[in-house]
Amino acid sequence: MPSFVIQEKCDGCKGGDKTACMYICPNDLMVLDPNAMKAYNQEPDQCWECFSCVKICPTQAIEVRGYADFVPLGSSIMPMMGTEDVMWTCKFRNGLIKRFKFPIRTTPEGQANAYADLQGKDLDSELLSTEEADGYTLKKPIATV
Amino acid sequence: MALPNKPLGELKAVRDPEVDEREVDILIVGGGMAACGTAFEIKKWAGDKKILLCDKAAMERSGAVAQGLSAINTYIGSNTPDDYVRMVRNDLMGLVREDLIFDLGNHVDDSVHLFEEWGLPVWKKTEDGKNLDGKKGLKQGTLKAGATPVRTGKWQIMINGESYKRIVAEAAKLALGEDNIIERCFIVELLLDANEENRIAGAVGFSVRENKVYIIKAKTMMVACGGAVNIYQPRSVGEGKGRAWYPVWNAGSTYTMCMKVGAELSMMENRFTPARFKDGYGPVGAWFLLFKAKALNGLGENFAASDAAKAELEKYAPYGTAAITPTCLRNHLMLFEMKEGRGPILMDTVTALATLGETMDKKELKHLESEAWEDFLDMTCGQANLWCAQNCEPEKKNSEIMPTEPYLLGSHSGCCGLWTSGPDFDWVPEAYKIKYKDKVYNRMTTVNGLFTSGDGVGCSGHKFSSGSHAEGRMAAKSMARFVRDNADFVPTLKQTKEELVDLVYKPVRTFLDNCEYTTAVNINPYYIKPEGMMYRLMKATHEYGAGTATFYQTSSKMLEVVMDLLATMREDCEKMAAGDLHELMRAWEIEHRIWTVESHLRHIQYRKETRYPGFYYQADYPGQDDENWFCFVNSKFDPAKKEWDVFKKEYIKIIPD
Repeated sequence: MPSFVIQEKCDGCKGGDKTACMYICPNDLMVLDPNAMKAYNQEPDQCWECFSCVKICPTQAIEVRGYADFVPLGSSIMPMMGTEDVMWTCKFRNGLIKRFKFPIRTTPEGQANAYADLQGKDLDSELLSTEEADGYTLKKPIATV
Repeated sequence: MALPNKPLGELKAVRDPEVDEREVDILIVGGGMAACGTAFEIKKWAGDKKILLCDKAAMERSGAVAQGLSAINTYIGSNTPDDYVRMVRNDLMGLVREDLIFDLGNHVDDSVHLFEEWGLPVWKKTEDGKNLDGKKGLKQGTLKAGATPVRTGKWQIMINGESYKRIVAEAAKLALGEDNIIERCFIVELLLDANEENRIAGAVGFSVRENKVYIIKAKTMMVACGGAVNIYQPRSVGEGKGRAWYPVWNAGSTYTMCMKVGAELSMMENRFTPARFKDGYGPVGAWFLLFKAKALNGLGENFAASDAAKAELEKYAPYGTAAITPTCLRNHLMLFEMKEGRGPILMDTVTALATLGETMDKKELKHLESEAWEDFLDMTCGQANLWCAQNCEPEKKNSEIMPTEPYLLGSHSGCCGLWTSGPDFDWVPEAYKIKYKDKVYNRMTTVNGLFTSGDGVGCSGHKFSSGSHAEGRMAAKSMARFVRDNADFVPTLKQTKEELVDLVYKPVRTFLDNCEYTTAVNINPYYIKPEGMMYRLMKATHEYGAGTATFYQTSSKMLEVVMDLLATMREDCEKMAAGDLHELMRAWEIEHRIWTVESHLRHIQYRKETRYPGFYYQADYPGQDDENWFCFVNSKFDPAKKEWDVFKKEYIKIIPD
């Protein structure tokens, strides 16, 4: 049952504007049971184990148990998302623990430069907007047959 | 138990959904890398136009890059687009659209430079040849300013790409504006114009969050919804069938929707069966290229370097004898070992790390270990968990590799897709240009006003994430031009609102009409649920369509059988039933998958040779037959006559060897 929700930790995102895991799951698997106010994975055999729900859950209520058909029990990998890095804790079946920290982005979230004010000039050229602004020259084949 | 283990679906479907009718100038269908490229670029050229993007999921984590990536596989840098064409051509056994590939090579780096500017951490080389991760590497400056990336191969660069898609989607959403985006809207059918033949005029879809059908008229359209996954029985048939190598939600929607309105497909016989770490499907690229690991057979032999392997590759010269062996032939050699009883195939991670460790101090070794794990954690978390569960430390234990079930795609090491126009340059052959009213529109399909990119564009693989984004931008500009040149066009739909709602919600109505008949909602003689149809498709392709069951081999007779099975499946799709919105999504996905697979097998049937040994084998026509088949195979479904036509299309060489 790939991603699973820990009952005690899930509050159905009742304080937020949306149920985070339901918002993010690329395959529409995470749903909220509105009566219990708990989320669950409605179709575990279509879970890609992409960890999008695990990473976004505000209460760390979601984890992943490996696919029953080939993953032995007892291991876990858990990400802790920061603004600049992700910290992974990888627990082996035999108890060995490894931790890794990797950068995830070098700019503050929400501030990617969308070049909102950039307007292209020559619609009939093959240059993209930022290439045109940079004065880029398109290459031609060095030789043709 | 407080939480009942319910069958699918909290969001019940109703017979009569709300209908949201819209009219826009430009419609973007999809939200992955290609669609994000279009979303970023389009307003720079069509700022005054009405634009709408519909994504089946949430752009922040949709498409093939949802999970992240550990590398960008296409960055030209100091190479030339000419060499890029040569690489792709050789990997895909000679038959590619060199105009499309060269054109992409001209623009792909601009997208990579934007990714870095937006905040994607890119590894850098120091002056003394050390690797720095994307954060430490900031002090080296940007790629655009001339910093050196960490190359694993000639074309690939390493990144810290956990948030790759979030970053790219952020820029796309900011550029297009939240008001012009509908997430969780699954577009399922395209619509032709009522007055003008072969002209796109709109699309229909539905919300997977509320009972609502969208009818959207558009003057031009981009369809970029990725490739096709879960079309063959996967090697793991339980929960593990979710662990597809390519994103499990890619349902062939790009190919099917465009095909159904008559867009010409090309090279649909091509497929990809990547050799990956067994079951977890973790990437092998960094292991082969960065860590210099070798694959060993069950006897411990480096079989790919044997004299027998060299002799086998000679048969496929010049591709097989090139410096880099084509992906399908690497599979071919591996399959040969397995069939001869010399499996399993192991990635020798132990020797590779030990060899690298000989010249490293303790700190560097620790970093190397971290790099190996990041390769998985950035893009295939499940593989990292599998190693943990198997107590596998790669420096101590080798891991098995295995070719996967087949996938259809046009952006990775495969090249199926739509036949599209190349750019309007004098070096591009006329036969590669698609015109509307005497003007050429780059990346337009053979349906006027309908564009595609990424996995949708055929005959030009090896775009990967960066190339798909760049191609989405290139198509955006072309679409802006199309809208400008045809400003007076008013899209008119052939179907009434009621007909379209009935089309989209047919599985819901079938369900509601019949569900009371039996006591178990999934078993009913009057309908079939999408899950049942999925298993039927997988079984048929697995057994007859060159799936893993037969080591990817099929024959003319087997193809006849599977084509019959598919025809029946398409008939039975008329009786598909969905009781909730999630199931309605699955119903349309399986419909898309069936049409896509049928075109794949139709092309295999037509091409009477085995062009891609290792990806599939046509037993009646083993080996390559350049004399008769050194050409593209295209096909077209006629939406009026409901008939298919499959035919040869001339390959034109542009870039010399």
